Amino acid sequence: MSEKSEQQRLSVFKTYKLYVGGKFPRSESGRVYEVSDSKGKWLANAPLSSRKDARDAVVAARKAFGGWSGATAYNRGQVLYRVAEMLEGRRDQFTREVADAEGLSKSKAAAVVDATIDRWVWYAGWTDKIAQVVGGGNPVAGPFFNLSSPEPTGVVAVLAPQESSFLGLVSVLAPVIATGNTAIVVASENAPLPALSLAEVLATSDLPGGVVNVLSGRTAEIAAPLAAHQDVNAIDLAGADEVLAKELEIAAADNLKRVLRPQPVDYAETPGIDRMTAFLETKTVWHPTGSLGASGSSY
Amino acid sequence: MSSVFEYAPAPESRAIADIAPSYGLFIDGEFVEAADGKVFKTVSPSTEEVLSEIAQAGSEDVDRAVKAARRAFEKWSALPGAERAKYLFRIARIIQERSRELAVLETLDNGKPIKETRDADLPLVAAHFFYYAGWADKLDHAGYGANPRPLGVAGQVIPWNFPLLMLAWKIAPALATGNTVVLKPAETTPLSALFFADICRQAGLPKGVVNILPGYGDAGAALIAHPDVNKVAFTGSTAVGKEIARTVAGTKKKVTLELGGKGANIVFDDAPIDQAVEGIVNGIFFNQGQVCCAGSRLLVQESIQEELLESLKRRLSTLRLGDPLDKNTDIGAINSEEQLTRITSLVEQGEAEGAERWSPACELPESGYWFAPTLFTNVTQAHRIARDEIFGPVLSVLTFRTPDEAVAKANNTPYGLSAGIWTEKGSRILAVANKLRAGVVWSNTFNKFDPTSPFGGYKESGFGREGGRHGLEAYLDV
Repeated sequence: MSEKSEQQRLSVFKTYKLYVGGKFPRSESGRVYEVSDSKGKWLANAPLSSRKDARDAVVAARKAFGGWSGATAYNRGQVLYRVAEMLEGRRDQFTREVADAEGLSKSKAAAVVDATIDRWVWYAGWTDKIAQVVGGGNPVAGPFFNLSSPEPTGVVAVLAPQESSFLGLVSVLAPVIATGNTAIVVASENAPLPALSLAEVLATSDLPGGVVNVLSGRTAEIAAPLAAHQDVNAIDLAGADEVLAKELEIAAADNLKRVLRPQPVDYAETPGIDRMTAFLETKTVWHPTGSLGASGSSY
Repeated sequence: MSSVFEYAPAPESRAIADIAPSYGLFIDGEFVEAADGKVFKTVSPSTEEVLSEIAQAGSEDVDRAVKAARRAFEKWSALPGAERAKYLFRIARIIQERSRELAVLETLDNGKPIKETRDADLPLVAAHFFYYAGWADKLDHAGYGANPRPLGVAGQVIPWNFPLLMLAWKIAPALATGNTVVLKPAETTPLSALFFADICRQAGLPKGVVNILPGYGDAGAALIAHPDVNKVAFTGSTAVGKEIARTVAGTKKKVTLELGGKGANIVFDDAPIDQAVEGIVNGIFFNQGQVCCAGSRLLVQESIQEELLESLKRRLSTLRLGDPLDKNTDIGAINSEEQLTRITSLVEQGEAEGAERWSPACELPESGYWFAPTLFTNVTQAHRIARDEIFGPVLSVLTFRTPDEAVAKANNTPYGLSAGIWTEKGSRILAVANKLRAGVVWSNTFNKFDPTSPFGGYKESGFGREGGRHGLEAYLDV
């Protein structure tokens, strides 16, 4: 027995998979690509998504939209908070993955993971407040009840930032779903593993399947069919470079998608509400009030 | 219908609107000729009479106007909000003072009935300036953080259906937030914008803050593409909106688009029929149906279809079509020959596809551009008249059995601007309003507007909102 105990234990690798419609499929294309750490050491083979994977993800996101957007804001907040709970439990795993992905020291990576978990908690608290902050009654000059409320715009394609594989990812994903949209996320091209592991967290956090769909691969290749897709309502171009962003914005014009252009963002800072309002519509409802007439009682 | 009520003509005098034989472009506080000397004529759609000859802006003029707006921006944006507010209040007051003149002018140039310009357009135009005037010194409280900054030069392109109202929607929030403006009115309705230029002069507005460039689509395209324009605002067709979205791609220009619609007006079996009929008429025949948020698809619950259609047809028979300057006129002229051709061709297609066409007995004047109020029954969702925006006095009637079916049909469109619900049941109003994918939902009313109330569409009806606190965002760096 002593011979065996001297041998180093062989670790179990993980096959990283996509996350679509609450399931973990391999890429339809059967392709993978090598993901390595900052020093070039091989970490894993990640799925190389195809346009078919992108289309499948849109179908899943559309299917999930009715339920998720129709859920109460309180319920969405509970689900988002549950995600934070699950993340906390996997803190060590994500610290390792972020350290590998971004070449950070263990302590720096841990700080990034903590900030990311806190960001989820921050957005969890927004679900039932945003409507009060950006909506409300309008004092129209007539006998009408007139109320504006924000509503999710629909299915949002999110190109996650390339450099910030976890904090950046969560900073662009959480606001989209906190407000009731459903999302297709294209993970950071060179550092997709934290995103693919986040999917495992989402799958065990009461988040309905299809609300978030995670794809890995070549950002430009996956983003093109998403930007052109007639059933995608909006696109966040955070992870696109200038040339690709322009190309995608032109494609997005075809069905007038809401476009959030790439901009310099310090993901460590507490965000404002812009990333939430970018994917909200305002619906205004009018109704006559039956106001009092001159006689004093007309209703 | 001529039997019961015979109305004597009640024409508004046109003498109050003094239209000059020619107008220039309004750049940097002066009326000037177009750089290439081009001019075009604007005609009255109800008579085809030439009203005036207008300088036609080209790309060189666009460049001149943008430069003027850029020069004016520095001082205008640095002005304390309270001072900007006072200019806007002045403008609002002058509009009120001159509202009869402007109403007549608008009716002449656009063809819409005087009772609409007088009672709907002009009061709203003044109200928009009043509303946004009050924001100018309160921007810190608008919810966009402390000291929100203006964007710079706003390039604005507006349509011909509500020429002065669309101008107010665009210019009032732009000025309140400290931006300067280059606005291109539509080629068929340039006059009221040029009269507005005169109001700016009366109000003592600094030169270059507002520039008006009458012209065609090429001038609008040059304005939107101009590298020194920071903000693009457009109201018009979805096709042009998409082109604009492509043009601004990859730039830093902020853009808002108010585009087309194919609004559903849903009538449930417990609706107050008489009120609903008034709402339906208002929804599709207001401004000859040339309204982006028109209720052009009537969805009637099957059980009351017969009763409702009978009432509706009876009501349509009392509409009076004719001289827009007559105060009793309900239906005026179609804005242009081009638009009349488009309406005619879509209606012919409706018939060819098998829908049943009906119009009340209606005599059309011999000159001018006219189209009788028209109703289509036997319409299916696949028919072009149920899918395309007609932008004319044409109503397509479809039916449904359950609220779910009504919602599904109402949402079965790439547009998402407006919708109407008619029912006495409060919970049904709220449930259906919740499920409709539209920016404005009118329940038991239709086509109501107010400067405090944000307006704008979902999906291919565009981005952004105009009006209310929401309307400020389009002009602020947030």
